[in-house]
Amino acid sequence: MRTLKFILFVFCLSIACPAQAIDKAAVEKLALGEADERSAAIAALLAEGDPRTAALLQAVSEGDMQTAGKRVLIVKGEQATDAVSGEAVSPLPEGREDVVANNRLRREIEGALAAFKLLSPERTARLEAAKALAGGADAAMLPLVKKALEKETDPDIKPLLELTASSMEMKSGDKETRLAAIRRLGESNSPNSRTLLAEAVTDADEDIRIAAQKSLLAVQGKLAWGERAGLLFAGISLGSILLLAALGLAITYGLMGVINMAHGELIMIGAYTTYVVQVLFRKTNFFDWYLLLAVPASFIVAAAVGMVLERVVIRWLYGRPLETLLATWGISLMLIQSVRTLFGAANVQVENPAFMSGGIQAFAGVVLPWSRIGIIVFAALVLFLIYLLLTKTRLGLFVRGVTQNREMAACVGVHTGRVDMWAFGLGSGIAGLAGCALSQIGNVGPDLGQSYIVDSFMVVVFGGVGQLAGTVYAAMTLGFANKFLEAVSGAVIAKIVVLVFIIFFIQRRPQGLFAVKGRSVEA
Amino acid sequence: MTDNANASNESGGFGHIATEGLDTTHGVVLYLEDISVSFDGFKALNKLTLSIDVGELRCVIGPNGAGKTTMMDVITGKTRADEGSAFFGQTIDLARYSEAEIAHAGIGRKFQKPTIFEYHSVFENLELAMKADKRVRKTLVSVLSSGEKDRIAETMKQIRLNDSADRIAGLLSHGQKQWLEIGMLLMQEPRLLLLDEPVAGMSDDETERTGELFLSLAGKHSLVVVEHDMAFVEKIARKITVLHEGSVLAEGSMAQVQNDPKVIEVYLGR
Amino acid sequence: MYGARGWAVICLSSFIVFVIFPVLSLATPQDSAFHISQYWVTLLGKVMCFAIVAIAMDLVWGYTGILSLGHGLFFALGGYSMGMYLMRQIGREGQYQSDLPDFMVFLDWKELPWAWWNSDQFWWAALLVVLVPGLLALVFGFFAFRSRVKGVYFSIITQALTFAAMLLFFRNATGFGGNNGFTDFKRILGLPITTPETRMMLFTFTAFVLIATLLLARWIVTSKFGRVLTAIRDAETRVAFCGYNTVHYKLAIFTLSAVICGIAGALYVPQVGIINPSEMSPANSIEIAIWVAVGGRGTLTGAILGAGLVNFGKSYFTQAFPEYWLYALGLIFILVTLFLPQGVMGLLKKKT
Repeated sequence: MRTLKFILFVFCLSIACPAQAIDKAAVEKLALGEADERSAAIAALLAEGDPRTAALLQAVSEGDMQTAGKRVLIVKGEQATDAVSGEAVSPLPEGREDVVANNRLRREIEGALAAFKLLSPERTARLEAAKALAGGADAAMLPLVKKALEKETDPDIKPLLELTASSMEMKSGDKETRLAAIRRLGESNSPNSRTLLAEAVTDADEDIRIAAQKSLLAVQGKLAWGERAGLLFAGISLGSILLLAALGLAITYGLMGVINMAHGELIMIGAYTTYVVQVLFRKTNFFDWYLLLAVPASFIVAAAVGMVLERVVIRWLYGRPLETLLATWGISLMLIQSVRTLFGAANVQVENPAFMSGGIQAFAGVVLPWSRIGIIVFAALVLFLIYLLLTKTRLGLFVRGVTQNREMAACVGVHTGRVDMWAFGLGSGIAGLAGCALSQIGNVGPDLGQSYIVDSFMVVVFGGVGQLAGTVYAAMTLGFANKFLEAVSGAVIAKIVVLVFIIFFIQRRPQGLFAVKGRSVEA
Repeated sequence: MTDNANASNESGGFGHIATEGLDTTHGVVLYLEDISVSFDGFKALNKLTLSIDVGELRCVIGPNGAGKTTMMDVITGKTRADEGSAFFGQTIDLARYSEAEIAHAGIGRKFQKPTIFEYHSVFENLELAMKADKRVRKTLVSVLSSGEKDRIAETMKQIRLNDSADRIAGLLSHGQKQWLEIGMLLMQEPRLLLLDEPVAGMSDDETERTGELFLSLAGKHSLVVVEHDMAFVEKIARKITVLHEGSVLAEGSMAQVQNDPKVIEVYLGR
Repeated sequence: MYGARGWAVICLSSFIVFVIFPVLSLATPQDSAFHISQYWVTLLGKVMCFAIVAIAMDLVWGYTGILSLGHGLFFALGGYSMGMYLMRQIGREGQYQSDLPDFMVFLDWKELPWAWWNSDQFWWAALLVVLVPGLLALVFGFFAFRSRVKGVYFSIITQALTFAAMLLFFRNATGFGGNNGFTDFKRILGLPITTPETRMMLFTFTAFVLIATLLLARWIVTSKFGRVLTAIRDAETRVAFCGYNTVHYKLAIFTLSAVICGIAGALYVPQVGIINPSEMSPANSIEIAIWVAVGGRGTLTGAILGAGLVNFGKSYFTQAFPEYWLYALGLIFILVTLFLPQGVMGLLKKKT
């Protein structure tokens, strides 16, 4: 869309000032030359920075450029303009030939067009172009970038351009230019400049090596903070995801002692509920608000499924944990298959609402996605609500009473069966909320739950069964541990190390982080 | 008895107590000194000091939460004391051994709720409890000798289950289960028997016979009986220890204890 | 150990698998009504491997009350140990005609990783089959039992262990073929692996191991050792207070069970021709438990029966109604735990 607008704009410009001709030789080379000549021509045209160049290049890549003898034309349908002068040509000359662009040329043109956007009057377009170029640009675009840099005043775009220019100059042959570029890179704080400098450190020239080393240290110092902050955020983010996944289990397993292997599938059901709500909202104008309905819906659907399971299967197995484990595993298999039957085996797409997409740039090189921030806030909110529910309401009082002393609670008139059902429903509902949250950051598929079940149990067991606070600490600890190890050893090894750590930790301290020492631990 | 303890020493440390034989030269079989145990700030035992003589039958009474069960847990190694020392004889420091090792050294324990092997026959229950080499590879090839069979038969007679040798233990009546558990303790040939509410749920007749059994055991073994049934205690007790809030409140004969003003206050309230 | 009837059944089944089966499979023409096709030889061979695993599981779960969700791992480790040998037996006949297994060439490795030391020797593979699962079970069990990790806790951490191992084996860098594992085997002990004769050999050897495992297990559960195991299941504290070190008992049976699983895995791999990390998925380990539960925990015949029923059911269902197999399996899990605590054996007993 933006590209189109821009081209239109350039096109208007070109019509507005047809008198000014662009480099004739370059245009001719572009149309008629050999491969290398054509590349050089693009560079030359870019260096001029003539606004009409964009339209010209666009025409080449779209196959609108034709030649008639030595004359280069841009032909749109029945209308033609002279590529050099910009004047309309009529009638169309005979014996025209198409200018064929191969893939290499197309790629070069694409890059050049992107660079051209640097001259766009729209700030967002320029910013986008600057970002694209900062990722790695062809040295041929240096003149254009410099030209843009002269005009640029925006504080967000200018540093990016400077960085790009420096990195281009780094590759140039002139030693002085390179040294200057290296010094400038030392003042930046982007991971790209670190990569560039790290390369330069091994350069053949000693002066360059020394300068690069100095700049590299400076950049690394600045980046380290950003990275630490990024790691911290990643840790909190993973911790809150683990917390959401494990909170429901902390209630059903931790408080009630029901070992529910279908917990992961309740998460999955929450995610699919979100998906369905999202599909329904797609037809309306309120798409961005679908989460408002999806959150309660995923809670209610998962809670309902959980309550049905509790009444139909689980309640017959209280006090027989190993049997509960097997039966609930059976339930999980059936739930997975039902979802496959209903929605297909492939993953479904859950789109974020607009306010959840994108992110904020908090530090150099660190972007915090809104969806992750949203989940952290959501997890905190859910935790707070559960805390209130368990400590301030009658249901919470009953749940705690029943889990501590079933007979006594029954004696004082609590319907223990009903409390079991509601408590299990609550735990399942929270699993549904976790699913809703997870749908915002990852794939939603029938196997979603399977990947969380081991993690959830590890969190609850690590934190200490029956301890809500323990679950929170455990989730956060594991989130951090995972992310920090990941930075050192890669994701899979990190996960394995964490699992093995928990396995040994539990053997050292079977009660978990937060132990309740008491006489009734063992029967 | 000392011979047996030596035998286990000989067989090496694999799972067994590796100490010299039980040394009771001072006539004391169990000595607890200043034992304290707390659970989350609640003091279950508070500087408890108690000693049991060889061949003694001691009754321990006290209100709920006085620390009777915790005391047994400490002696048998199920709970570790936070402070204080527990010695079996003169030399065996109980804090250093596991439940199995303590049991093998000669302390048998009966639980409040009868715990027997419900899916084994009466005979097998006694066979499993019998004093023998209890290491893995020995049990793989163990065959009962005729002497051992006789001993099992003898114990079955003693606990009046000689007609039910092949009955599955889970099918016994509650009282019979209590007796079977006592029989299992006897098969272990312990020096010290800890009995937690042994007559709970028994009929008067069974209670009577249990009392007789205990009196006949005293002398050969040392017994510590924890019981709420005061009539039963009165019948068998020679010396009584009253526990209260984790420490000894009073100790002495039934008459002494009953007239102790502290005991009266605790039991009758002020 | 067994009564006259029991021995008669064992002898009869031995006669069937050692004599009748080979004759019908190898000596009858393809179109004969009595011919047993390769499909059935492989299927039955596979199921017998599972039956061995079920016996191993029954020893720890049915008899000792420890629900291990790590038996799939032990099975897979045995399979991988054998698979390494089979990969080396391919020699230069792989796609890349290299001495190294294909996946290593693909990863551009120049030499065998240390774990592959001696892997071209059959005796070494046979040793690994026993040692790797055995040692893992011994070390893991030692820590777990010593710290009194019991019941569901034990199940969960064995599941985590299996899960961690699966992630590890999924990595290419671990050195065991990553995702794809080992496959395309050509020879075992120099014999071509796909011929009916070799397959029948593997089949009868598996049958032999199954019968041997059954007899070993039977001997164990009828000994005093076996009675201690059952006692641990029913009242572990009492066993400890009787003077038995329960840690050693649990460790012994857990390790033995793991070794049996490893052997079953080693027999399984050459017959099905593939081993990959999905064998370690937690789901597989739980499925082993359900075989035992279906047949009847605490009875060895039940374990074999359960493994057979569930796996024949699975192979029928996945061909006839592939979408419904998970429903059926899920239902089996639920119904057996709710209504058949003694499994099929319990039903049979009730009737007689």
